[in-house]
Amino acid sequence: MSSICFYFQVHQPLRIKKYRYFDIGTKSAYFDDDSESNLNNKRIIHKVAGKSYLPTNKLLLELIKLHPEFKVSFSLSGLAIEQFERFSPETLESFQRLVDTGRVEVLSETYYHSLSFLHSKDEFKSQIELHAKKLKAVFGVNKPEVFRNTELIYNNDLAVEVEKMGYKGILAEGADHILGWRSPNFVYSPVGVKKIKILLKNYKLSDDIAFRFSEKTWKEYPLTSEKFASWANAINGNGEVINLFMDYETFGEHQWEDTGIFNFLRALPGELLKHPDNDFVTPSEAVKRYKPVGAIDAPNYVSWADVERDLSAWLSNSMQEDAMKKLYALEDRVQKSKNRKIKEDWRRLTTSDHFYYMCVKWFNDGDVHAYFNPYDSPYDAFRYYMNVLADMEIRLTKNG
Amino acid sequence: MKVLMFGWEYPPYNSGGLGVACQGLAKALVAQNIELVFVLPKRLGDFAEPFRFRFANIGNLSITEINSLLVPYITSEKYKLLANGVEPGGQYCSTLFEEVKRYALLAKRIAESESFDVVHAHDWLSFGAGIAASAAKHTPFVAHVHATEVDRTAGKPNRYIFEREREGVLAADKVVSVSGFTKQVLVNEYGIDPGKIEVVHNGISVNKYSGGVSGIEELKKLGYKIVLFVGRITIMKGADYLLYAAKKVLTYDPKVIFVIAGAGDMEGQIMRQAAELGISNKVLFPGFLRGSELSAAYASADLFVMPSVAEPFGMVPLESLLHGTPVLISKTSGVSEVLKNALKTDFWDVEDMADKILSVIKYKSLHDELAVNGARDASVCNWEAAANKCIGIYNSLL
Repeated sequence: MSSICFYFQVHQPLRIKKYRYFDIGTKSAYFDDDSESNLNNKRIIHKVAGKSYLPTNKLLLELIKLHPEFKVSFSLSGLAIEQFERFSPETLESFQRLVDTGRVEVLSETYYHSLSFLHSKDEFKSQIELHAKKLKAVFGVNKPEVFRNTELIYNNDLAVEVEKMGYKGILAEGADHILGWRSPNFVYSPVGVKKIKILLKNYKLSDDIAFRFSEKTWKEYPLTSEKFASWANAINGNGEVINLFMDYETFGEHQWEDTGIFNFLRALPGELLKHPDNDFVTPSEAVKRYKPVGAIDAPNYVSWADVERDLSAWLSNSMQEDAMKKLYALEDRVQKSKNRKIKEDWRRLTTSDHFYYMCVKWFNDGDVHAYFNPYDSPYDAFRYYMNVLADMEIRLTKNG
Repeated sequence: MKVLMFGWEYPPYNSGGLGVACQGLAKALVAQNIELVFVLPKRLGDFAEPFRFRFANIGNLSITEINSLLVPYITSEKYKLLANGVEPGGQYCSTLFEEVKRYALLAKRIAESESFDVVHAHDWLSFGAGIAASAAKHTPFVAHVHATEVDRTAGKPNRYIFEREREGVLAADKVVSVSGFTKQVLVNEYGIDPGKIEVVHNGISVNKYSGGVSGIEELKKLGYKIVLFVGRITIMKGADYLLYAAKKVLTYDPKVIFVIAGAGDMEGQIMRQAAELGISNKVLFPGFLRGSELSAAYASADLFVMPSVAEPFGMVPLESLLHGTPVLISKTSGVSEVLKNALKTDFWDVEDMADKILSVIKYKSLHDELAVNGARDASVCNWEAAANKCIGIYNSLL
């Protein structure tokens, strides 16, 4: 038997507008760009909803009705949910309809899609609680049983911490340096924990869809659902769970409709189910159903980003380190502040994307960074961010 | 492969980037086993290079006169004089245009006494010479455009020069432009077929001179940050926009000094502008710097700004980066095509320029990242790559 486990990430940051040095101390609306640029958050939500969220949700709903065995899971950041509420209620409704089928699991994450685990365990826990509350309010679901950290950032300490918080499962990248010769297609146990289990992304099969689907120079191009199903079938007998983890925007936004991605997705569950020993599981079902076959030791951080699969997309140059240090230097004062708006703005600045935009690794991975960067350069991303932090400091001082 | 190359100036007898670029390219071509003879309008001096020089010896002027001012970039005020039939005082020769014509005539004689496969001429001053030489031996002609009259004059070209440029690029079998930016100008303003133009970005040779003393260091000890401009002070270079940005910067941080290094026909105007803006005490004009003085200025600055209205290439930001100083450059520049790790601005957007200057001054990690990553961009701009592209062009013509 092998089970297909789909997890789709849904996240949109609140991008900082072109906040100039002269703006410090004079205006405190940081996220309200209303230009035609990609800094306009409302515009991005409308664009991605139209190209990706709405049509893919509609398709998944059809597939769920068509195939009683089919199920998927999502992790939606609090910021994404919040922006759907503000800018695109119909998108939120379409996610609600999916969750209402009972065959769509939602996972736990930090509300602000932050790197808080690296810097403040207190803030990390607060953001997870905020997220759980949001899920309850919006989807009526109780606390999820499986946690996934921002960008699948993971290490041993995280597993220990998350187990303490009562989770039964955690997701991570099936990176070569933590798996070694072993297969990602089994459930494992993190070292140093009692019960929590870990699901590892099959990055080859996941990235075949997410990154290579429309790559004409790829030798497997064009990727058909039959071909993909045959690769999954080949795992049957030597693997128990195939973890296909990817950004949800893969469908329609990263891979445009004209690449045939929707037709691929439409046909995929049927193709996979042609094999009698294949089925679908959600992450919480996977950790319940399968026993761990070994231990995963990750003393250093792994993530799903870039070829390095480490933290370098967010923390590899002096600007990123400087910005991160200055952000968390304000934490104490922010937590003590009674001003809810200040606290919310500060948390919005903890979102990992702000640091991703400051990444200077232009070469190799550079193309991906440039594609996802709404600023002219990482230097501009840094400048506006630091100006905003300077304004935050003034607000904190004024608040006493 | 034998190349007969025509230029107008050559370091150290140069007034700007043209001579430096000719030298960089010629040396790199010879290093790739190209046989090269470099022709100049007159004997400027004795050069120790791995190739031969020929001098057209126009006007039989003495070297001392030539040393005074050898200006391929003639300026707007001088145009007026020329247009009125007045000789620009103390200049290169009776009139520049006469010089250019005679250079072409004498080039024919030189060509007849040399054997070569290709003629390669740099900018309009040498195009006439290039055309004549190529006609004399029926060899292909490559016209290399380092700057256009349209850019030099911010869109108000002298018709005579414009026509000489156009004549040169039309006659050429292949045109080399120093940037995509310049290629676009040639296509749009000169009506040249884009298929005939190849972009060959300039390289840069590291010329770091030690021992230079910069008074700037004393100012830094007093806590001042230094913003540096290096270039001719002409309408093309946009120093006036930088001063408007300076005014804004200084209202937010008075501890900044702007150093405007260079000379040019707008110098007086720029000094008056600084006075009118009330920032004369924060703007320094050290004049034209070279060698160790220039190195010291680059090295001690906190930020280098190139606010050019139009810049066909622009080597100065690369020089600055190789001295460890980050740069803010105009988007309307050729160098912007090869320099990713730089701050960029529209020359007219003085608010944005001021904002970016303040950022580098205030955020050290921004300064450091721009310096380190920009230097890496600059270090891969080498003349070897430019020479290889030119050799490819020669081969395509034979």
